[in-house]
Amino acid sequence: MTTWPILSVTTFLPLVGALIVYLSRGDDEASRRNARWIALWTTLITFAVSVILVMRFDPSSADFQFVEKANWLATGITYHMGVDGISLPLVILTTAIMPFCIIASWKAITNRVREYMMAFLILETLMVGTFSALDLVLFYLFFEGGLIPMFLIIGVWGGPRRVYASFKFFLYTLLGSVLMLLAIMALYWNGGTTDIPTLMHTAVPRSLQTWAWLAFFASFAVKMPMWPVHTWLPDAHVEAPTAGSVVLAAILLKMGGYGFLRFSLPMFPLASHDFAPLVFTLSAIAIIYTSLVALMQEDMKKLIAYSSVAHMGFVTMGIFAGTMQGVAGGVFQMISHGIVSGALFLCVGIVYDRMHTREIAAYGGLVNRMPLYALTFMVFTMANVGLPGTSGFVGEFMTLLGTFKVSIPTAFFATFGVILSAAYALWLYRKVVFGALVKPSLMSMKDLTFRECVTLFPLIALTILFGVYPKPVLDMSAVSVQQLVNNYNTAVTAVKAAALLQ
Amino acid sequence: MVQAIVFLPLLGAILAGLIALFGAHARNPSGDEVEHHGDHGHGDAHASAAHDDHGHDDHGHDDHGHGPVEPAAAGSRGAELITTALLFVSAALSWMTLVDVGFMHHDMRIPLLPWILSGDLQVYWTLRVDTLTAVMLVVVTTVSSLVHLYSIGYMDEDPYRPRFFGYLSLFTFAMLMLVTADNLVQLFFGWEGVGLASYLLIGFWYQKPSANAAAIKAFVVNRVGDFGFALGIFAIFALVGSTDFETIFHQAPSLTGKTVDFLGWHADALTLTCLLLFMGAMGKSAQFLLHTWLPDAMEGPTPVSALIHAATMVTAGVFMVARLSPLFELAPNAQAVVMFFGATTAFFAATIGLVQNDIKRIVAYSTCSQLGYMFVAMGAGAYSVGMFHLFTHAFFKALLFLGSGSVIYAMHHEQDIRNMGGLWKKIPYTYAVMVVGTLALTGFPLTAGYFSKDAIIESAYASHNPFAMYGFLMTVVAAGLTSFYSWRLIFKTFHGEPHDEHHYEAAHEAPMWILIPIGVLAVGSIVAGFPFKELFAGHGVEEFFRESVKMNPHIIEEMHHIPETIAFLPTVMMVLGFLVSYLFYIRRPYLPVELANTQPMLYQFLLNKWYFDELYDVIFVRPAKWIGYQLWKKGDGFIIDGFGPDGISARVLDVTRNVVKIQTGYLYHYAFAMLIGAAGLITWFMFGFGGQ
Repeated sequence: MTTWPILSVTTFLPLVGALIVYLSRGDDEASRRNARWIALWTTLITFAVSVILVMRFDPSSADFQFVEKANWLATGITYHMGVDGISLPLVILTTAIMPFCIIASWKAITNRVREYMMAFLILETLMVGTFSALDLVLFYLFFEGGLIPMFLIIGVWGGPRRVYASFKFFLYTLLGSVLMLLAIMALYWNGGTTDIPTLMHTAVPRSLQTWAWLAFFASFAVKMPMWPVHTWLPDAHVEAPTAGSVVLAAILLKMGGYGFLRFSLPMFPLASHDFAPLVFTLSAIAIIYTSLVALMQEDMKKLIAYSSVAHMGFVTMGIFAGTMQGVAGGVFQMISHGIVSGALFLCVGIVYDRMHTREIAAYGGLVNRMPLYALTFMVFTMANVGLPGTSGFVGEFMTLLGTFKVSIPTAFFATFGVILSAAYALWLYRKVVFGALVKPSLMSMKDLTFRECVTLFPLIALTILFGVYPKPVLDMSAVSVQQLVNNYNTAVTAVKAAALLQ
Repeated sequence: MVQAIVFLPLLGAILAGLIALFGAHARNPSGDEVEHHGDHGHGDAHASAAHDDHGHDDHGHDDHGHGPVEPAAAGSRGAELITTALLFVSAALSWMTLVDVGFMHHDMRIPLLPWILSGDLQVYWTLRVDTLTAVMLVVVTTVSSLVHLYSIGYMDEDPYRPRFFGYLSLFTFAMLMLVTADNLVQLFFGWEGVGLASYLLIGFWYQKPSANAAAIKAFVVNRVGDFGFALGIFAIFALVGSTDFETIFHQAPSLTGKTVDFLGWHADALTLTCLLLFMGAMGKSAQFLLHTWLPDAMEGPTPVSALIHAATMVTAGVFMVARLSPLFELAPNAQAVVMFFGATTAFFAATIGLVQNDIKRIVAYSTCSQLGYMFVAMGAGAYSVGMFHLFTHAFFKALLFLGSGSVIYAMHHEQDIRNMGGLWKKIPYTYAVMVVGTLALTGFPLTAGYFSKDAIIESAYASHNPFAMYGFLMTVVAAGLTSFYSWRLIFKTFHGEPHDEHHYEAAHEAPMWILIPIGVLAVGSIVAGFPFKELFAGHGVEEFFRESVKMNPHIIEEMHHIPETIAFLPTVMMVLGFLVSYLFYIRRPYLPVELANTQPMLYQFLLNKWYFDELYDVIFVRPAKWIGYQLWKKGDGFIIDGFGPDGISARVLDVTRNVVKIQTGYLYHYAFAMLIGAAGLITWFMFGFGGQ
């Protein structure tokens, strides 16, 4: 048993950092520098603390660990925190990605630096909280709270159409969450508690399952995002500042997948089983549709955003396959996509900082001036394509493998993503990096600076490490996933057996 | 020892890559500041970039491949020597392994690391060496080390040599991982790894748009094959619950007769699986329908063509089928498909080879055709025979490519054989080895190709495959065509009158770096046949290959009992092809022109490669782009956004705008509205609806 509330410390340390930034008033260069350093150290310390979580985590237990419980609101609503093998990888992903975001914003953000850093630190608290909350109300608070800083990040520090994008983002996600709130109330009336571990073992009547599943689905599908509610994502990505895109792609999108794993599958197994064909269809459509759309994009960020939607299609497909490999692959794919898409947005940010355009046509031949950049971008392009040996492959492979056992047509159509992803990713790489350097505006481009290498090289190492040796992540989640899958299948087969008896 | 064979090239790749990276970084400084010209703002920079688009494709590219002359990267020689030396060590160890495994029967399985472990999916990094693998190890490392050596000479003007050698070694590593795989997933790793290396090497001269296009094409077309391969792996896992070869082969017999519902088709499980896996092989080995990338891949430097697109990578598909022979042997329908595609490719590629004028493309189509031969043997169940041709083909085809490279080098990057001629006086050594390669390719008696190719044709004749007769006929006809186009290449390049005096005068023999490897390969093209004949296609097969391939039990015996005349047929075709070629290009050089003029349709059809590129452009590439664009603009933009967020917000705005209009602020408007309202209310009450 831990002696100090390590999970709460991980969650709220960034908030403390934000407070310190707030207290260090002034808007001159020195205070800006202070804000940056404070933010960086806060995220680094948070990450260090979260590493302690990993070291003390017992991967052989499927129970929630580092549990903290305290009375909070009324009766039944408690401050309940804890992580299991499904949420811990996502917590670590969050704490690990944040320092990169801060470093990536070091020079790119020059106005309202303090506010910017505060927004990011608050966002980190909310994201870690989302993944470790074990009470529905607490979860909802963190989940929805995350919208506000992100809304501000896009709306204040974004590109020219930032207002449109931020409102689209906000309204889309809010609409889904309102339905989720109703479902949360329904669950409370049904189970008399909002405690997630208790609810996971509470039987929910069939009809309520259906409605609650749909309500939760509305919220998570938008977050994910799944086709056809994905159109906010390209706009949000395009307008967001680099670090905003990174957080959005790497972490915020994972909340949807996490929600499916935490709520839909364990609490509403029957509804999940009934709706699995729907999810399969939407996932397969998402993979093919968005890949085709990505093929035609003229904006680098939009292309990567569409490819994110396709990759999230693999996640939803794997999760609802309800097989060990499918679900474990879904978890892994989320981690891998967090690293890879985050890194891809950082790559775009690097040339954006230099040229202030994301238009693919404005580039070409960068390899002639930026060999380090070319190498980095190549690694992440290949990871995006799902080349074996990179982390992208493991997740894609496992989800497809897991789905094939359940639904051959879904796996069949989803595998088309393998062809299309190669087409769009390599096309992008060719247009931006390869070719002769003939555009005069690009002649004076310079290669990655030390700061940029610091943001990208660790991600390269992780991408290849997890591609060759994914065991750390898979082991961390294995037992929890196994339990989830077992419970799910038990519930489904029980109903089938009952139906046979009648 | 096996670890050393596999990982020494990786070490070389990493070292050469680091040298390349440090060199490149030293030339290109870091910095996130961009100097904009004068006082241009960002907007101007952008505008000028957009403006420059027009000229983009017109200038700035030199067509012979080499980039602007730059000083060679620092440490080039170091990178060359490190990678080459490591490869030679690896090759020497491979030959030792072949002896150890093939003759001493010391098969090995060396577990390295766990890879993907999840539930019943247990995939480990494991090196597996049996005879089949050992043969491939020898082929890969031998050709690769010679190509490394050759490249030191061939690439001597290129400023980016460390990168080139890094890629070459990376390729070799991936190929070795492929052949030593112990499970399908690791095989897939090597499979995609060689695809990556091939992509990088085809696009090595990244300033050439055509090289970039060819690189992408190679990768994407291969991915089409991998689509099937991946599904095949999933299917096997769903059926067997494992991806390990041992488990799969052990359980395969129990799968016969099982069916799978695949998209509404009740397919026989094994046939379906084998067909899906074979789709991967078709992509990698450039078989009919998925062959279009191979000729374009000739955009890469010539040593790359020799190593990847002739001797090793493209044979991965053949290797895969041989490796999975216990599955294919149980799926006769799949074998029929294999033989059909193999035979079709053998014939089809040979016909295109007849009329091509680019020296490398001729050899490329020849490769395509020879790969078809190998698949014919696979379809016949004579896996060792197919492997035999793979083995000999690696020598003589690498020789032909490297010899072509020597010609190209001598002609200063001229590749069109119409501009050559009479070169034998200038480069006699190259001429001699090219003739040796051609003899071996056409199956001249006692050369390497003679034994392996004839064995394939015999196996096709002897097999009981539904397409056996088709396979036999196609391969025999293709043998004649092969002989014709091969000699055409020799005659047009080395004989007759020089067509380009300027280049002809400057032609000279290449340096020793180049001549030694092609000499070694020439020797190999002669001696790789006879000593190995019994092991691959005779009575020694059982003893040599043992468990590593599962042959059709009767095929070798039946091959030895076919009629004499049949066995003699390929040789006749070979002579015939030579004679026609001699007639066309030495005795009566006007004949081919006349023939082309009298048969313009046929000539254009062949010259344009059966119009496959155009066909695929129309049925796949354009529709995909069109659909993508429509989905983006119409699907996302019009339907989803139009009826979703944008539409709703627009309707909300409409409503509020109209509500605002009603609130005019004039008292009489409100009074009028009240009056109407009151009238309506009274009417309602009067007619009694509200009364009850």
